[in-house]
Amino acid sequence: MSMESEARSRQTRRAWALSAPALFLLFLAAAGPLMIVLVYSFLLPGKYGNVEWGFSLDGWRGILYTRDIFDGTLKLADAHLTIFWRSVKLSLLTTIITFAVGFPTAWFIATRAPKARALWLFLITIPFWTNLLIRTFAINEVLRNEGIINTVLTRAGLIDAPIRMINTDFAVLVGMAYVYLPLMVLPLFAAIDRFDMRLLEAGYDLYASRLAVLRRVILPIVKPGIVAGSILVFVPSLGAYVTPRVLGGGKNMMIGNFIELQFGQGRNWPLGAALSMALLMIVMVALLVYVRAATKGSNPHG
Amino acid sequence: MADRNFSATRIPGFAAIAIAAFVILYLPIFTLVIYAFNAGQSIAVWEGVSLHWFARAWDNEAVKSATLRSLVIAVSASAIATSVATMAALGTTRRPNFRGQTFIYVMINQPLMVPEIVTAVALLIFFGVVKQATGYQGLGYLILAHTAFCIPFAYLPIRARLEGMDLSLETAAADLYASDWQTFRYVTLPLLFPGIIAGAMLAFVISLDDVVITEFVKAGGQDTLPTYMLGQMRRAITPEVNAISTGLLALTVVLLTAFFLLTRKKG
Amino acid sequence: MKKLLSATAMLLASASLAQAAGELQLFNWGNYTSPELLEKFEKETGIKVTVTDYDSNDTALAKVEAGGHGFDLVVPSANYVQIWVEKGLITELDRSKLANIGNIAPEWVNVPWDEGRKFTVPWQWGSTGVAVNTSVYDGDVNTSAIFLDVPDALKGKINVVPEMNDVVNLAIMYYGGEACTEDTEVLKKVRDGLLAAKPDWISMDYGATEKLSNNDWAASVNWNGSTMRARLANPAVKYGYPKEGYPLWMDSVGLLKDAKNVEEAYKFLDFILMPENAALISAFARYANGVAGSEAFMPDDMKDAPEVVIPEEFKASGHFLPTCSPKAQEYMTAIWTELQK
Repeated sequence: MSMESEARSRQTRRAWALSAPALFLLFLAAAGPLMIVLVYSFLLPGKYGNVEWGFSLDGWRGILYTRDIFDGTLKLADAHLTIFWRSVKLSLLTTIITFAVGFPTAWFIATRAPKARALWLFLITIPFWTNLLIRTFAINEVLRNEGIINTVLTRAGLIDAPIRMINTDFAVLVGMAYVYLPLMVLPLFAAIDRFDMRLLEAGYDLYASRLAVLRRVILPIVKPGIVAGSILVFVPSLGAYVTPRVLGGGKNMMIGNFIELQFGQGRNWPLGAALSMALLMIVMVALLVYVRAATKGSNPHG
Repeated sequence: MADRNFSATRIPGFAAIAIAAFVILYLPIFTLVIYAFNAGQSIAVWEGVSLHWFARAWDNEAVKSATLRSLVIAVSASAIATSVATMAALGTTRRPNFRGQTFIYVMINQPLMVPEIVTAVALLIFFGVVKQATGYQGLGYLILAHTAFCIPFAYLPIRARLEGMDLSLETAAADLYASDWQTFRYVTLPLLFPGIIAGAMLAFVISLDDVVITEFVKAGGQDTLPTYMLGQMRRAITPEVNAISTGLLALTVVLLTAFFLLTRKKG
Repeated sequence: MKKLLSATAMLLASASLAQAAGELQLFNWGNYTSPELLEKFEKETGIKVTVTDYDSNDTALAKVEAGGHGFDLVVPSANYVQIWVEKGLITELDRSKLANIGNIAPEWVNVPWDEGRKFTVPWQWGSTGVAVNTSVYDGDVNTSAIFLDVPDALKGKINVVPEMNDVVNLAIMYYGGEACTEDTEVLKKVRDGLLAAKPDWISMDYGATEKLSNNDWAASVNWNGSTMRARLANPAVKYGYPKEGYPLWMDSVGLLKDAKNVEEAYKFLDFILMPENAALISAFARYANGVAGSEAFMPDDMKDAPEVVIPEEFKASGHFLPTCSPKAQEYMTAIWTELQK
């Protein structure tokens, strides 16, 4: 065995050893128990929820095809696709908005005096010490016809009648961006903060234009932060449903509600299990493709 | 050349957006705090000033114990999750490709990939079996469950910090015959610290806010503040919860102020 | 390692073991148990009651079925009691330990979900109807047309609670069917009717008490107790009992088969069957109970509240939801998915 390959296998062992505690905990309370759900997706639904032990592919078939309740014909489940697409769209928009707001915010924090940075970081997370539900209701309170924004605008004489914002797509986006903002800001901050701002100023002298500095100096440095932040916002917001329901009025389901319905009043656990396994696979593939594409061309040690 | 003078701290528009973001973040919190002082029954109809809900929350054993339980779980889970996530991040970044790295990456991020209800059902069934086999029904299950789903939230910011972090200082330390541990303790850790703080804060608020998994894993007498709230949602939500949230916020602010005053004196 | 693990486990368990004597674990709907009731019970018996909340029948069922839950008493809704019995999760009550069982009002003894009250005692009951702000719409409110053929005045101002069983069954009764029907003719009308009405709804959400009070909504499919709270804040709100038929519900307390504190549980069941204690339950959550004579102890604003005391003319239209067959449940879920897609 050459020295190099020996060093390499030592490196690999070390990587595994350092990851082992995290993997152990995840296996115990996340990925491991999820195997139960995988098994359930191949079983029959129980009469009153739960499952019955008997092999069936109905759960998986039910993802794409549904039997018409009236004429019994098998047809494409367009309702499922509509719900899925709605969730994806909302997550994408949420990611874009949180990035547009979060990047300048993280930059702002990272360029404060070293002592003040922690304070600003805490200021980002303090609102999240309150409960999600009550926070969402509070957002609703701000957006209402008789809420702060409309009252201020009316008093200032800028509008005659209140602008209706509650139960609109706008309200949902505001709420989602609000809820997920720290998930974007904190990783971005972690990436920006390590970076020596003098480099940037030197780079500016070198490249002359702001755009070039952004592209050639800033972007490569903050890329890991963007990758982390966008994963932390996009992936969990796919399953979100409290915020869309409270602010959007709940007339339309998100994929999270739809899966929950199967485990609740819908009493179709195998379909719920199959749907979540399918979602898991789609997200996993998307995530790997995204991470590969985002890190392509960067230094392998980086 | 005055117009070529560039300052990273003053990119036009950035500060304005950041300040606006902070204002927007605190606007709902402001209304939430206001309604904590509502004399009426509602979180949406103002009926005058009163401290009645603070008194009521303080007298309510269920709310107090739920709040305390939420904090205990969040502190334990975020501490454990951040520790193991830091190790995992150190293990998986800044090294050549190795066998299994994709597997580790997917495993660590897996809790993000399924809606909570799915993990909740899986844990319900798994822990149900364990509870019957061992007879132990304590808080350990909730801490374990929270730790697991907090790991990716701690891992990703730490990894983002580590990636591309300058290796030269560590190499220099190693050249000066510092042990691995010394290098880590005095060189890597301080450099990594902002990432760890970011990860720990995320893990903490994520745990503090969790409803669905907690609802399915909790045993008798293990309500947390969010599950207590969830139970209220279908009936009527009173400003009591606003009062609790306000109390928590006030506590945070006091602790933070104390912390900053203390560190300032030292410095 | 094993020693360390078991020591840690012991340490974590000790907190729950220490309080096992004179204790009772009640698994109940959130914000549904009067703190005064528990205080009084503890004072009289020395038994400390710990309440743990749930927010849906299905969650409660799944949790208890999974085992290792540690609860003693549970409060399922009428249409779930049979499921709990059939799955063997709740046990037949020993009537000799319930001196006050005779206090159950006659009409609540022979109920379809628990003939002769073998398994459960009443907790609270109510109805699902419509709440309308009469300053916005002053027509007839005692009809499901309020949300299925929305009057012009209420278009874009009415909410529907996202409760599948309640909403779909209201619609089934409106279109001439019986709750949990498998009649596809009726179900077709139900689907088409709901889909046609949906554009007129502002939302499908909870929180009617606040939003009816502060005029965000002018009407809502809603529960009676919640409507009463809204009326107290906003007198224009009126509760309608749809004459085409509306669901009644009752939550009843059952003793779990694997309960650990059985004696304490019986004491509690007997305690809540006393009229003055049952009245405490009602005073807190604002729903009626099923104990004879409790009216005398009720708060004044509940004694003749039109939301609590069903007017004679609408009594016949109220129906308890039966436990739907899996087939009927499948129909409902399909319609619901179509409605919310």
